[in-house]
Amino acid sequence: MPLSRRFFLKSAGVTAASFGAVPSFLLRTAYAQNPGTAAGKDRPILIAIFQRGAADGISMVVPFGDSHYASLRPQIALPSPLRGGGETTLDLDGYFGLHPALGSLKPIYDAGHLAMVQAVGSPDNTRSHFDAQDYMESGAPGNKSVGDGWLNRYMQTDPRPKGTAPFRAIAMSTNMPRSLLGPAPALAMTKIQDFDVRGNAGRGGNSDIYSAFESMWHNETFDAIKMLKDANPTRFQPENGAVYPNQPFSQSLMQIAQIIKADVGLEVAFADLSGWDTHANQGAVAGQLSNRLREFGDGIAALYRDLGDRMRNVVIVTMTEFGRSIKQNGSGGTDHGHASALFMAGGPVKGGKVYGKWPGLAPDKLFEGRDLALTTDFRDVFAEILTKHMRTSDVARVFPGYTPRQPLGIL
Amino acid sequence: MRSILFLLLALPIASATSAPRTLTEQEKATHILNRLAYGPRPGDVARVQSMGIRQYIEQQLRPEQINDNAVDSRLNQLPSIRMKTDELMARYPEPQQVAQRAGIRNPKAGDNDAQSNRRKLQTYMMQNGLERPQLLLQELQSQKIIRGIYSERQLQEVMTDFWFNHFNVYWNKGQDKWFTTDYEMSAIRPHALGKFKDLLMATAKSPAMLFYLDNHLSTVPNTAPALNAVTRARLANPGAPLPPNIAAQEANQAKNRKRDGINENYGRELMELHTLGVDGGYTQKDVQEVARALTGWTIDKPRQDARFVFRLMMHDRGEKVVLGTRIKAGGGIEDGEKVIDILAHHSSTARFISTKLVRYFVSDNPPDSLVDKVAATFMKTDGDIREMLRTIFYSDEFMSPDAYGQKTKSAFEYVVSSIRAVNGDTNPSQRMAQVLTKMGQPIYQFVAPTGFPDRADYWLTDGTLIERINFAVNLTSNKLPDTRIQLADFPDAKTAALFLGSPEFQRR
Repeated sequence: MPLSRRFFLKSAGVTAASFGAVPSFLLRTAYAQNPGTAAGKDRPILIAIFQRGAADGISMVVPFGDSHYASLRPQIALPSPLRGGGETTLDLDGYFGLHPALGSLKPIYDAGHLAMVQAVGSPDNTRSHFDAQDYMESGAPGNKSVGDGWLNRYMQTDPRPKGTAPFRAIAMSTNMPRSLLGPAPALAMTKIQDFDVRGNAGRGGNSDIYSAFESMWHNETFDAIKMLKDANPTRFQPENGAVYPNQPFSQSLMQIAQIIKADVGLEVAFADLSGWDTHANQGAVAGQLSNRLREFGDGIAALYRDLGDRMRNVVIVTMTEFGRSIKQNGSGGTDHGHASALFMAGGPVKGGKVYGKWPGLAPDKLFEGRDLALTTDFRDVFAEILTKHMRTSDVARVFPGYTPRQPLGIL
Repeated sequence: MRSILFLLLALPIASATSAPRTLTEQEKATHILNRLAYGPRPGDVARVQSMGIRQYIEQQLRPEQINDNAVDSRLNQLPSIRMKTDELMARYPEPQQVAQRAGIRNPKAGDNDAQSNRRKLQTYMMQNGLERPQLLLQELQSQKIIRGIYSERQLQEVMTDFWFNHFNVYWNKGQDKWFTTDYEMSAIRPHALGKFKDLLMATAKSPAMLFYLDNHLSTVPNTAPALNAVTRARLANPGAPLPPNIAAQEANQAKNRKRDGINENYGRELMELHTLGVDGGYTQKDVQEVARALTGWTIDKPRQDARFVFRLMMHDRGEKVVLGTRIKAGGGIEDGEKVIDILAHHSSTARFISTKLVRYFVSDNPPDSLVDKVAATFMKTDGDIREMLRTIFYSDEFMSPDAYGQKTKSAFEYVVSSIRAVNGDTNPSQRMAQVLTKMGQPIYQFVAPTGFPDRADYWLTDGTLIERINFAVNLTSNKLPDTRIQLADFPDAKTAALFLGSPEFQRR
């Protein structure tokens, strides 16, 4: 097919040069380097998990010791562990407790490798899901002009770009999350098996059509396909008795573990889980939120167990765009709030502790009289991860307009 | 080489290789077909050129005058899309409820008889002409694909997609399985080119939206003081178990509280996503006031015919102040209608809606000059959508080389325009919707009220590109189970595949 091939080659080149709004992955030639050489077992890895929809922080890390907690939520407060009888909050430190549906995370906490940060979030006071997710993922709250994501900027500023592999950053999602948008290469996929040219006309019989496509588009997508096929990550079975629930979120985490085990140079992985926008019938020990939390906790616990020794180089961090109103609303649910809670797990994590200053739930302590006040900027946590774990020196570039504060000391 | 392909295929594709100062007549026709329609079919560009671009635009702006019999007969195989909600509920019930009604043990119970119970239930449903609710989704998806490909009222389809996405609801959320069909057919479709206010009101009173954003639960807050026996007991002895009599009281209270108090969900999204936009100048206080004004807007008989109803007993009759306008105490349904009216005529709404339209029809970076003009049309014509579109289509910014081929197709636009380009004959199976999901667009199943983003970098990633290429190869080699194409317009399947999988064809 010299005819159309030359045509497409030409037009593809022009595409990258002259269109403004070209998706970043089409421009990655500039970044493409020796695939594979970056692979190394001791590379730090960050797994970022987004709870989309605003997860209720005080239902995840329950302040049962706060005297206002139970009365503000007559139907949906979690029972105190001191109450005894039936399923209750799992005591963490005598003041905070874990939602019982997150029970599979408790052993990691007890072993000192799981920490929580309470009253954390974005200093911007928006209660819009979209803006708040956008701000958390761009890493620039209140600033709508930042086009790329914080994880992408981390890769741009990384002092060790030599040997960048196409698998440096992977999102287990169909569409590229905002956190990874930007000029540094990142892959988005939902299933390793699907990341392949295929179809009935595919393999073998019709390979020259794919080489034509390969020339038409930039080669990196196809390089990535070949590398992934060679590395064959799906051959890795869960280890150490890990059992991943058969739900999309957990299956995403399982595939992240497979890609880590395949040593293809993964540094940053991203997964998300929606369904946290519990405006109605949130439930308490059981119910809607509880089901979601079980999916979330069991998935992370399986990942932690599966990776075993490899967790010494891995940090898992969770995030959500904001918390929920402290009082339950008229429908047994909660409306949009302010600060929430996050989790960090991994070998480098100084766990077994709930970090962050607790602002309290007394009426005069609430943000705008209704929501949990914020005492930790999410960037304080992310910056600590990037500095201490990912060892970047240019946090200021990753979080424009942010002045680093004293780290919480989680790592 | 490109010009040869152009002539050969009569399907010009967008390219910036020689961006001219003005578009050629052929490019103009192509542009119109890529933006007002889901891309050209073989021969369409020449047809539009010969009838004249202005004529085509005016025709598309009056869909009711376009004969669409061909697509109507294709839709006959999808009975549910013409049914009202009561019929949908009766004929597509939740299987578990049917089992209960028919005295068959729940097959999901997982006991020894699960399989035979499942068979019993299947037989029962078949004998009684009942289908599963999942079929409603499949038929809804199929009608969207069929209309996208075959309807002559292409702009009507484009705008129905646009407004559904603007007023997004999530099919899988509970009762919305039965409400979404009528939502598209009665709330969105008839108003897609009409007045914005009518569209907004239709969505506000639709069971689908009332359910999706929880307004159906929102009620006047309990005026009784909060400090009841339960609260007192908890405060007196924090963390201790409640005495049994108080615990019983709590359980009872929980039941009563279930429908007691406002729910802000809809009030917020109504302003943020449907009208003013997030920077449109409203406060948290406004969100609460709007939610109060809309208390009592709920669903009558949600498990039968599910109609909008206003219930005075759920309504907060106190005074409200919304965006500076006082709504006096003692009102009823007119409180909410007043809110809709304020929002539908607000200058922030004009700007927000105009920006979104210009982003869709012109560029990911909407030129301010055009947004201003469209917003002015909105204010001048009481939000007449047809007039706003005219302002866009006849603008220099729209018919400009800077706009030509600049929009990246959504997955739906890609699939539908591909089938149109090769004159495909399709009877879409479930697999077609699955392919769209893999390309990042699960139609009717986007969970968040924002709808799918309208941005290039959302639609194209390595993973979705691979899906698109695989689709192009399968479609052109007649390997899709539900679609047959005529290769007459292409020298061979490979050329057709490369055409549909090219960077240019990902754009419109």
